[in-house]
Amino acid sequence: MAKRDRLSGNEAVAIALRQINPDVFPAFPITPSTEIPQYFASFVANGQVDTEFIPVESEHSSMSAAIGASAAGARSLTATSSCGLAYMWEELYIAASNRLPLALALVNRALSGPININCDHSDSMGARDSGWIQIYAENNQEAYDNMVQAYRISEHKDVRLPIMICQDGFITSHAVENMELLEDEEVRKFVGEYEPENYLLNPDCPMAVGPYSITDYYMEAKRNQAEGMKHVSRVVLDVAKEFAEVSGREYGLFEEYCMEDADFAVVMIGSAAGTTKDAIDGLRAKGEKAGLLKIRLYRPFPAEEIARALSHVKAVAIMDRAEGYTNHGGPLGADVMAALFRARSEALAVNYIYGLGGRDVRVEDMEHIFTALKQIAKDGDAGETYRYLGIRE
Amino acid sequence: MSNLTEIRWHGRGGQGAKTAALLLADVAFQTGKYVQGFPEYGPERMGAPITAYNRISDKMIRVHSNIYDPQYVVVVDESLLEAVDVTAGLKKDGAILVNTQRTKEEILPHLKGYEGEVYIIDAHRVSMATMGRYFPNTPMLAAIVKVAGIMEEETFLREMKASFSHKFAGKPEVIDGNMAALKMAFQEVR
Repeated sequence: MAKRDRLSGNEAVAIALRQINPDVFPAFPITPSTEIPQYFASFVANGQVDTEFIPVESEHSSMSAAIGASAAGARSLTATSSCGLAYMWEELYIAASNRLPLALALVNRALSGPININCDHSDSMGARDSGWIQIYAENNQEAYDNMVQAYRISEHKDVRLPIMICQDGFITSHAVENMELLEDEEVRKFVGEYEPENYLLNPDCPMAVGPYSITDYYMEAKRNQAEGMKHVSRVVLDVAKEFAEVSGREYGLFEEYCMEDADFAVVMIGSAAGTTKDAIDGLRAKGEKAGLLKIRLYRPFPAEEIARALSHVKAVAIMDRAEGYTNHGGPLGADVMAALFRARSEALAVNYIYGLGGRDVRVEDMEHIFTALKQIAKDGDAGETYRYLGIRE
Repeated sequence: MSNLTEIRWHGRGGQGAKTAALLLADVAFQTGKYVQGFPEYGPERMGAPITAYNRISDKMIRVHSNIYDPQYVVVVDESLLEAVDVTAGLKKDGAILVNTQRTKEEILPHLKGYEGEVYIIDAHRVSMATMGRYFPNTPMLAAIVKVAGIMEEETFLREMKASFSHKFAGKPEVIDGNMAALKMAFQEVR
């Protein structure tokens, strides 16, 4: 039985974690993700979970402890944002290369500087090549649902990779919204017990984790990680299918909103997708064929599927909530344009940088993007493909 | 979108405008509505102007932007009338609610020609009389619920009692004062 509730995104993720009851949760606080370990610490204190909660002195240590626990055979995780993620950098690669299925509840916040506590995706976008699975949410419900599905994906024997469950700092993490929670028992049953095949605390099969890899083996190790990544899309869809049976809520690699007959499409990640849906409803009422492709799984990148979903559009705007400093756009723009190129797409594509450091995105802003796309299609020319939304020049 | 109510709160850090917005989302949720309650964070410090927002709707709320054309504005600290453009975008058929010891006539010249309804309440007096300390957010919450017609007084008080019992589980002695503040504010707003 689903339970209607109203929760902030942070509280929603903390409740998902309470329901999952992981083995080990080391944490160091940073805005705007602090509330996740804060709520969780109260669950520990109240005896609602039997998780080993480890307050540490830095994010370098929280990720290291999560890695150690995972290598030992425990289900572990931590939470962070922004500079906290940056401070975990070295460990992110270690978690992925050791094929440890731990989770990170990431609340997206701009990286300094200038120092800023608000939302953009510069933190997780920087970690996109670290070998972690990355899944993003539009709202509190999705942040919760993604957290519930996280371990089923990362612990799958064909995957065995760490997973980052991302939501937008403040915009969803600190906003109270309606949502539906699953019963504790349903979540526990869905997630199941973690039964690692190989782990340090197994006396029957002693092993080493993270040894030096000479040149003769290093490339094979990296290739094996890539092999794990190849299975992620399939596993994400299988887990989503099972989740739909429990929750009634359906998820894919991405969400298509009014895409079926869309001439003009926006591709984006995160909370502004909801704002875009409102813009699309307004435009559709005026007969404009506007659509949205909202990325859920960003790493690995479902390039072929995205290119197929965009195959019929005349013009597409790819929205990046992070700079790439390539002089031609951001990371999502590069990924989508490469996907379109490989699919020999004829869609005219532009890449917008938007919403940095929490810059607000309004329905009107997204209407403006669709107006620009219509003009691009009319001109038959994308013009400048590297654009900024709502910037003061 | 006609069933959508949008409210913008202006307060100063430490006065509880954010908490009031979250509590309002809480009680509106209890009436079966879709809600949003969220703060806009700047450099957080005591006394700095802060903004918080509410959306209350019969339909699922997907938009995730701030509110620029609210139906209602709540001014928790009247010194903000000079510091912040509190009536910016405020709908003419909406209303502004100001915490003040002054009269409506004295407040009007500070509202930049706003043509809609103006409501006032002396949240300081209500707060001191019922709680013995200055917590303006509790009376302002009751006042905006009445002004915006979000729910009946009886339902509101019942839901707030439940909400306070949860929120103040560790210090139940403050519940009665807060409840008295809500009741008095319902009478005092005008």
